[in-house]
Amino acid sequence: MKRFKGFVIKEFYHIFRDYRTMVILFGMPFVQILIFGFAITNEIKNAGIAILDNSKDAVTQKITNKILSSDYFKLEKNLINYSEIEDNFRKGKIKEVIVFEHDFAKKLEKEKKAGIQIIADASDPNTASMLSSYTLSIINSYQQEMMKYQKFPMQIEPEVKMLYNEELKGVFMFVPGTITILLMLISAMMTSISITREKELGTMEVLLVSPLKPMQIIIGKVFPYIFIAFSIAIIILLMGFTVFGMPVQGNLLLLLGECLLFIIMALSLGIFISTLCKTQQIAMMISMFALMLPTILLSGFIFPIENMPVPLQILSNIVPTRWFIIIIKAILLKGVGIAYIWKETLVIAGMTVIFIGLSIKKFKVRLS
Amino acid sequence: MSEIVIKVKDLVKKFGNFVANDHLCFEVYKGEIFGFLGANGAGKTTAIKILCGLSKPTSGEINVAGFDAYHETEKIKKSIGYMSQKFSLYEDLTITENIRFYGGIYGLSAKEIKLRTADLLEKLNLTEAKDKLIKDLPLGWRQKLAFSVAILHQPKIVFLDEPTGGVDPITRRQFWNMIYEAAHNGITVFVTTHYMDEAEYCNRVSIMVDGKIAALDTPENLMKTFQVENMEKVFLKLARG
Repeated sequence: MKRFKGFVIKEFYHIFRDYRTMVILFGMPFVQILIFGFAITNEIKNAGIAILDNSKDAVTQKITNKILSSDYFKLEKNLINYSEIEDNFRKGKIKEVIVFEHDFAKKLEKEKKAGIQIIADASDPNTASMLSSYTLSIINSYQQEMMKYQKFPMQIEPEVKMLYNEELKGVFMFVPGTITILLMLISAMMTSISITREKELGTMEVLLVSPLKPMQIIIGKVFPYIFIAFSIAIIILLMGFTVFGMPVQGNLLLLLGECLLFIIMALSLGIFISTLCKTQQIAMMISMFALMLPTILLSGFIFPIENMPVPLQILSNIVPTRWFIIIIKAILLKGVGIAYIWKETLVIAGMTVIFIGLSIKKFKVRLS
Repeated sequence: MSEIVIKVKDLVKKFGNFVANDHLCFEVYKGEIFGFLGANGAGKTTAIKILCGLSKPTSGEINVAGFDAYHETEKIKKSIGYMSQKFSLYEDLTITENIRFYGGIYGLSAKEIKLRTADLLEKLNLTEAKDKLIKDLPLGWRQKLAFSVAILHQPKIVFLDEPTGGVDPITRRQFWNMIYEAAHNGITVFVTTHYMDEAEYCNRVSIMVDGKIAALDTPENLMKTFQVENMEKVFLKLARG
């Protein structure tokens, strides 16, 4: 028993003195509970919508107020004509547009029926179907209230339209998500592991002593991964297209260009990670925990960012995948050009520059 | 005296307040086997890094293979070979692939690489094993191969940082035969080791203590000066102060 006790004490020393293990052991549950508890809710709050009120009468005003007084929606814009709808969806600020037909109240009174059109951005099918059903139930409850005061039956006829993804196919969401996650993990994890492996084996020393310039070594190391990651992106796109009927609405060249930019960003992140780590194991752990979790949870791939509490929303800004998912969805599903996604592109380009800069700085410190 | 290939005068390297190399002065001659000894933490590695152009000195005059260690590190790197205590060949590449890779990074032409590969394989008796992965070779062979690869580009100087760590006495002996041969062919050998019998194989030996060179002479003279019968005792006497 005494021997056993000594052994257990030794084991506790190992754990407590290795601060990385401690961070993972105690940090993980903390982070996971917070993220799963707050971020991962399927409830939607404050979704941006636009309203195109062709009638502008007392009834449409009442319905609008009722919709906006719920927590679910936030009015981003009042539209004036149909042509604005598409453009606003492409900008990505709104998730839904509600359109009241002309002479809404008059028609309701005379013909006992009037139409409302609900158009949702179904590039995120879950959010779209939820928003449209919220809207429908609000309209329904309004209708029932009206019935109490009116003797004759009247009918508000809603028409739901799912834009960009009429059949609400989930694949439209997970193809962009999968590309993003795989490119991120392959590029960042593989480069950081392969660079730290050379350090561990001692071959890095030999390379540094050789006439090769450090820049050549690094570029030589990451070059194959650019190629591999790019091939994987093409394979996923092809599979999405052939097997699942995933469209490519936008410019293919722009799409591939953005993929390349994202790969280079992830590679420079991998290089940066490798400057922080001495062994492959640590590089792998950092890549897994520091990249996997935020990539999946905070990128908006599965859980809409708008629903997250503000601190997490702010945090999600530094998650590179968040920006790439916006870009790739916009090109694939909405068919937009660079004019609509230049900001996101710039963010990723900026991150690339930052990671490369930090790596060079780290590298120089080590040499002097 | 023959040609000087490494000339170090008042080399100082500081890390903050810590002085790792304190006014080192020495010269190494062409074709010489120069032993660079010192206890762990005495400042050997720091000095080697500077001589190899991996690190910049704080002050002092350092000239390696005729090039200045401040501004001409690129030229230094082309004229030296290096093999470290850690293993330096790629385990998942074959013997020929490793040779081709190292030949390539030192800018040898495909023809030269082919020629030298054949020579080298024949000399080491490895021609039949040329397509074997390094990880399938015994450690002794790997070490010899690593040394041959380090001098493949026929450098003026080869730096060996504890090249025989973890190797059995027979292989160590064979390894030293290769070192002698290289020196005989005019390659200067700059070697660090913890094995004191190996120190006796060197032409001249310097012993570092606390960042300074405490002694520098032939092993025979050192043993005479300190009135002891082997290098181990010389080393202990100096290191203990």
